[in-house]
Amino acid sequence: MLAHFTNIITVFLMVAGLFIITARGNLIKKLVGLSLFQTSVYLLYISPGKLIGGTAPILSPAFTVYSNPLPHVLILTAIVVGVATLALGLALTVRIREAYGSIEEDEILALDHSVEDDEARESH
Amino acid sequence: MDSLILASLVLPVFGAAGILLAGRWPNLRESVTIVTAVATFACVVQLVEPVLAGSQPGVRLFELFSGLPVAFRVEPLGMIFALVASGLWIVSSIYSIGYMRGNGEHDQTRFYVCFALSIAAALGIAFSANLLTLFLFYEILTLITYPLVTHSRTEKAKRGGRVYLAILMGTSMLFLLPAIIYTWHVAGTTDFRVGGILPATLTPGALTALLALYMFGIGKAALMPFHRWLPAAMVAPTPVSALLHAVAVVKAGVFSVVKVVAYVFGAGVLAGQTGWLIAVAAFTILAASIVALRADNFKRRLAYSTVSQLSYIVLAAVVLTPLSTVGAALHIVSHALGKITLFFTAGAIYTAAHQTEISQFDGIGRRMPWTMTAFTIGSLSIIGIPPFVGFVSKWYILSGALSAGMLQVAAVFLLSTLLNAAYLLPIVHRAFFREPVHDDHHGEHGEAPPFMVIAVCLTAAGTLAVALFPDVLVGLAQRIVSGGGV
Amino acid sequence: MALAQHLPALQVILPLISAPLAILFRRAGPAFLIVTAAAWLSFAIAIALFLQVDASGLISYPMGNWQPPWGIEYRLDRLNSFMLVLVSGMAAVVLPYARGSIEREIPHESHYMFYAMLGLCLTGLLGIVITGDAFNLFVFLEVSSLSTYVLIAMGRDRRALTAAYQYLIMGSIGATFIVIGIGFLYLMTGTLNLADMVPRVAVIESSRPGLAALAFISVGVSLKVALFPLHQWLPNAYTYAPSSVSAFLAATATKVALYALIRFYFTVFGDSFVFGKLPLPEFMLILSLFAMLFANAIAIFQDNLKRLFAYSSVGQIGYITLGLSFDSVHGVGASIMHLFNHGVAKGAIFLLIGGAVARMTTRQAAPPAPTFERIAGLSKAMPLTCFGVVLGGLSLIGVPGTAGFVSKWYLVLAAMEKGQWWLVGAILVSSLLAVAYVWRFVEAAYFRAPPAGRETGKEAPFALLIPGWLLILATLWFGLDTSFTAGAALDAAQQLVHSGN
Repeated sequence: MLAHFTNIITVFLMVAGLFIITARGNLIKKLVGLSLFQTSVYLLYISPGKLIGGTAPILSPAFTVYSNPLPHVLILTAIVVGVATLALGLALTVRIREAYGSIEEDEILALDHSVEDDEARESH
Repeated sequence: MDSLILASLVLPVFGAAGILLAGRWPNLRESVTIVTAVATFACVVQLVEPVLAGSQPGVRLFELFSGLPVAFRVEPLGMIFALVASGLWIVSSIYSIGYMRGNGEHDQTRFYVCFALSIAAALGIAFSANLLTLFLFYEILTLITYPLVTHSRTEKAKRGGRVYLAILMGTSMLFLLPAIIYTWHVAGTTDFRVGGILPATLTPGALTALLALYMFGIGKAALMPFHRWLPAAMVAPTPVSALLHAVAVVKAGVFSVVKVVAYVFGAGVLAGQTGWLIAVAAFTILAASIVALRADNFKRRLAYSTVSQLSYIVLAAVVLTPLSTVGAALHIVSHALGKITLFFTAGAIYTAAHQTEISQFDGIGRRMPWTMTAFTIGSLSIIGIPPFVGFVSKWYILSGALSAGMLQVAAVFLLSTLLNAAYLLPIVHRAFFREPVHDDHHGEHGEAPPFMVIAVCLTAAGTLAVALFPDVLVGLAQRIVSGGGV
Repeated sequence: MALAQHLPALQVILPLISAPLAILFRRAGPAFLIVTAAAWLSFAIAIALFLQVDASGLISYPMGNWQPPWGIEYRLDRLNSFMLVLVSGMAAVVLPYARGSIEREIPHESHYMFYAMLGLCLTGLLGIVITGDAFNLFVFLEVSSLSTYVLIAMGRDRRALTAAYQYLIMGSIGATFIVIGIGFLYLMTGTLNLADMVPRVAVIESSRPGLAALAFISVGVSLKVALFPLHQWLPNAYTYAPSSVSAFLAATATKVALYALIRFYFTVFGDSFVFGKLPLPEFMLILSLFAMLFANAIAIFQDNLKRLFAYSSVGQIGYITLGLSFDSVHGVGASIMHLFNHGVAKGAIFLLIGGAVARMTTRQAAPPAPTFERIAGLSKAMPLTCFGVVLGGLSLIGVPGTAGFVSKWYLVLAAMEKGQWWLVGAILVSSLLAVAYVWRFVEAAYFRAPPAGRETGKEAPFALLIPGWLLILATLWFGLDTSFTAGAALDAAQQLVHSGN
């Protein structure tokens, strides 16, 4: 079990992140959950890349075991994507705050529904 | 030859464009319609000779799917249908002018445009060489007649349009399309061929199921219980009811039925398997006639009469004898001529006297002698009384049924002839032998506008003329069977 | 000539550099010109690449001359060259349209950013289609997704913001699932190159990580595809986005995701495994039926025209996944065809609706939502727009003569080949549902009286009418000349369906 502790942490972060997204109505908290979820993926990729006894991936005749650099590269990309997503999400949250006055999902839905009811009433 | 076929299809489309452009000048616009109709008929007529001689000119356009082209081939049955549709277009254009102007109808340009396009679609069906082409134009016909059915744009028209579309599109999508695709799947082709195209490996169960899909899928043939669209379509202006729902649309339906029976299945394949269909058709004939008897609305009576008469053709086709097939083909002509006369009468009475219910027709023959005389002639033709053309087609059908020993079928025909008389002759009696009612309801009026009277007299005369000079049509009809069609 | 060799790279690079250039110029006019030029050039390149694949078969292009499987490879076969034409074609049509339509929807200062985002979105979509590397696919997926979220949020209604946010959350979950799946695949096969994975995956696919990879990728892509029941984001996104964005997305976003699904199922994992050993056909069948029947039924009851057609899209996507679940040449071919046919038809409808909305927008006010109340009697003022929507609707129904009929024919044929007659019935019943909602439009536009003051209204602006009608004419053309669509689709299906079980 302990040999796979990175996997356990990965799964924990994944599920925690997903739970926060679905269980919390605050828009910023949802984004936090999303970031947690995406972090689990980083761990998923990186941990198998590091081999026990592996050294940095710089070719040298003294070493035979190298850690795999590719996952790191991939995850750098994924981290950047995650950052961009987070930034975009936060920007949207700011705009939503300006437009609705709230960043709680249920309040926003209530506002939307009352607007839709008004629209429906005036068109009939 | 190819160019004649294509010309007949393309001329009404160009005509429609011309009508659209001439929209602002009514007299010019109407002239475009008439000229187009005459030109189209002229092209169609030129195809008669080669078809009578036994050749079947055709043209292949493009492949819609690989191995499935949109193609045309003129064979005798299609020739008959094309002649009826294009010929009667001329007469009903004359009639339409009288009707639309006499009633001050709105949106006349749209009306004439859709009319022309409907005729193009009907000719596409008539000349189709395979099921795919037939289906293509069949669906186009449904869609292009929708604006005509709902012309008045009232709530009633909208509801009628919904029933019309729901039944016609519903049957064609749920039944006809899978039937065609299945045919393609098992036969590898959808061409119409003498003797049918279905492989011998088809089980009787599959065969019956396929036949049922086709028969009920061709909703335009108005087999019960998918007939309701026809009375629903009576909400249309009468020229529409006359040409489309007495001639083009309904005849497209029974034409497709006969084509499928003869050229997709083939008489040999179906022998002995059509009992259930005979029963359905017989039921439709009688049930529809009874509803017609009880209808007071003139167009409704005529609509149910049409439902009944269409099943004559279906019944004649599935009796599967050469004589009855000739009869079916000829009945396409005779019913078209007779029923269009009756519908023309309905429109004339509506325009001149503003009446739609039969109980209000007392003495109307005195005021509208020409119209009602034409009506009488049309009725006699539909009932099947010599010397009118209805007698000729009924004679063939009856002979065919008797030659196959189908006494029940013959009985159904005779019974329904009596019913025809029962629901048509009282109208004649009312019109001529009752005193006209003088009250606020019935203003003083005279004959219908001249264009309408001319048209109705032409078609009435047609029922006599075709009976006296039947050679071309009977010749074509006999070609269907002698060419090995059945 | 040397340039022709690098067409695959240029396909993606041209729209990619158009985006920062547009931002650099900071003004709507130059931004529009740059991005539109890039889109049109992309379209030309896509056609050239399609013809090249037609002539010589597979094209393999190593990026930066780093050989696969270590370098990133762009790999073109029948399937993706076909998709490239669709995506770039839609962009080429939508961009000139957008010029006119965003006038009333987006504040003028932000126009150049809109074009930049559209350029990025195009880049991402083209990249997903053309790449032969799994992680590269994820990167382009995120590029297109992020720009899509921005584009949707630019809608005038404030609900566009929440729609974009909702799509962001769901889309990011989906993309992350995809990258988890790709991660598992990489861990098990040691390669990221899709073609190189094929023999390696065959060895490990029944192992738990292999199955997990398949599961994660399926769910992730299904989120992007808006496969029922993961379609929640789509109605809001299509309804509140600017008209040009709705049209572009409806025609491309879900279609490209479906392409990714096809690529993973058929090429990487192999259909004999996915459809043969796993219960995926049954699973996809049930979900597709739900989509086809429920989504189309829900569409009938919508009041907002854009939302109606959004649900219609969810239903039509059901057709596509149904065809895939058959795992036969005709089934998969029908799906690929429908990607194109539906994209064109739905894009046309959204463009035309957008044109009508633009005409109805009075200065400075927010564009009115196209409810049935507002479009009553529209045919009097806008006959061409309404007739165009009707024709597009006929394609959705699948009337012969339109492109929709062609895909429906093959789909029904595929169902018949499987002997599934009840499925034939289900497909045709859902077509009838489409008749219901198209006819709601017909009755509202043609039968109801227009509200006071609109009888004398004008037709939609021509700049907006023409792109819409161009696509309508394309729908009619491809309904009659199927050599391109059906030909390419069936060819692609032949290549993809190996075992044909």
